[in-house]
Amino acid sequence: MGSKRTTRRDLLKSGGALAGGLAVLGQTQASGQTPTVAPTVAPEHDHGSGASPMVKGTKELVEYGQRSHFVTSVRIAHPVGGRHSPDAFGKTFHIATPLQDSVGVITPSSLHYVATTRGAFVPDIDPKQHRLMIHGVVDRPLTFSMEDLKRLPSVTRTHFIECAGNRHNGRQKTVQETHGMVSCAEWTGVLLSTLLKECGLKTSAKWFVAEGAEEVKGASSMPIAKAMDDCIIAYGMNGEAVRPQNGYPLRLMVPGFEGIFHTKWLRRIKVVDRYYMNYNDYGHLEKSEKEAALAFQIGPKSVITKPSGAQQLSGPGFYEITGLAWSGGGAIRSVEVSTDGGKKWNRAEIKAAPQRMSHTRFGYPWVWDGKETEILSRCTDEIGQQQPTREQVAKYWNVPFERSYRVPGLDNSVMPWKINKDGSVTNGLA
Amino acid sequence: MGSLRLAMITLLLSSPALAQSPTYGVGRTPTPDEIRAMDISISSNGEELPEGRGSAKEGAIVFQQKACAGCHGKAGAGSIAPELQSNKGQDVSVWERGRGKSGWMILPITAPYATIVWDYINRGMPLGKEGTLTPDEVYALTAYLLAVNKVIPEDQVLDKESLPKVKMPMGDKDYGRLPDWKPKTHRLPGYGH
Ligand code: HEC
Repeated sequence: MGSKRTTRRDLLKSGGALAGGLAVLGQTQASGQTPTVAPTVAPEHDHGSGASPMVKGTKELVEYGQRSHFVTSVRIAHPVGGRHSPDAFGKTFHIATPLQDSVGVITPSSLHYVATTRGAFVPDIDPKQHRLMIHGVVDRPLTFSMEDLKRLPSVTRTHFIECAGNRHNGRQKTVQETHGMVSCAEWTGVLLSTLLKECGLKTSAKWFVAEGAEEVKGASSMPIAKAMDDCIIAYGMNGEAVRPQNGYPLRLMVPGFEGIFHTKWLRRIKVVDRYYMNYNDYGHLEKSEKEAALAFQIGPKSVITKPSGAQQLSGPGFYEITGLAWSGGGAIRSVEVSTDGGKKWNRAEIKAAPQRMSHTRFGYPWVWDGKETEILSRCTDEIGQQQPTREQVAKYWNVPFERSYRVPGLDNSVMPWKINKDGSVTNGLA
Repeated sequence: MGSLRLAMITLLLSSPALAQSPTYGVGRTPTPDEIRAMDISISSNGEELPEGRGSAKEGAIVFQQKACAGCHGKAGAGSIAPELQSNKGQDVSVWERGRGKSGWMILPITAPYATIVWDYINRGMPLGKEGTLTPDEVYALTAYLLAVNKVIPEDQVLDKESLPKVKMPMGDKDYGRLPDWKPKTHRLPGYGH
């Protein structure tokens, strides 16, 4: 350690190495801090031919960093060809995250998927005015300010959220279109169970209603068992305050349940003794109990993000196949990858200790021989649920399998990507 | 050993009581009026419904006055917003009858409880001026939308007593209940996926 430092200081003393050292520094700045528009270059620097231009620091870049203008990955309205976001009124509906460019498990807050039950404006909530009220069948109704909540013991956990509308079909081109309505962030806040114990649950407490502060006051009902298990009243997201599109200043996290339950702009929780069917809950009615079960806690699901639809392999040779796996049933236990259309399944490498109801990054080393093939992934969670193929789902429901088959509930079926002879990657369902 | 056991038993016996008393003393007790002002949830038995009343005839007027017709069409169909009136006969299943052209479910038909129609209009409509309707107007609009869909007779008056008693076309057996959820449990027993 010490000797390394000495060597470095020695090197910096010599004039030739100085320019090199600065060039390295400049590159680091360029990739970490450049605005999306082409940066202002500092012209007075002569740092040798072939070196990257130097970027001038600005007040904005000092205060809140930006990604490189070379990184152009953005969210898109979902589904493609569906309702625009923003619409003519400035409302946003469904916005999908660019999974094809994702690395690791965390979705940057700026790229986290967004969904509103119907198109909604994003409320501009003053955290000093905001209150969370808990009432209903409790011994002591309580109102919490943001300051109150931040005094209480906190938890920090990584959780995915997925929209019920995250369906893949043969018409979609990219993984952003097929799977972009799921994201994963690090959430910080108070366990809902902490607050409910503070209020004192009456024995008749069976369900709770969570309600947001947006114009329609969107509300959903959930079992009290979930509230006491792992729900979080989150004020933090990826190391800073929850973003407005994701519920600033407070969002209810309901790990592993469909996205709609993760109530944004949370203002009220009513503890109740029976099921309250709110408009949001009504909107998700299913015909049978079995279908209703599949549209509640999310099943095990995975997808290969690279190589994926519309990407291009540069020729035969080595590629790491990588993707994401997640489940509403708990942590991911294993992921398998097939590179021959599902004949042989190979155990994939899990990149970091899987967390409960969190994205898990997997990788599989692959040498492409230049022939046409199909690559797929499937996962198993800690309670033994395995991600099904579409054929397996149809078999369970006892219906003849056809291309247009629609998986009931939230679609967690296996996604095939086709590798064509020219190295292009296309949707295997097409 | 003996005293440790005793201590554990005491702890076990006292823990339910402990869980029921506040540990941190953080937060403020809201007044009953504050709770009433915030609590807009309506249960299927209608216990939170406010005083007020309205009929379909009155509702037809409010539907024009409050610009509902502008977005939803003259009698709740044929404009830019989702249809609120079904054009299918009562001989087809409630799911078919209650499905609009866009695939959107028609609330006054497919809601299992009439209270959901009231609650949604009260909290979510008219778009852009949410939360501005009086209880009388919401009762009248609910009566109007139920009557144009032949769920209730034209002359029925809705109030906090009669609204929860309306028999909706979506019967108790026509839709699936949510599972009795438990942690670390398969989402659908016997499915495995
Ligand atoms: C500015 C346009 C607009 C106006 C005015 C408006 N609505 Fe709506 N309404 C909508 C839209 C759009 C929806 C679909 C949900 C959404 O996107 O908000 C909707 C949804 C509804 C629904 C639920 C439909 C379903 O089946 O799920 C009902 C009921 C309803 N409106 C009733 C009314 C009533 C009653 C009024 C008058 C007080 C009214 N609306 C005024 C645009 C409007």
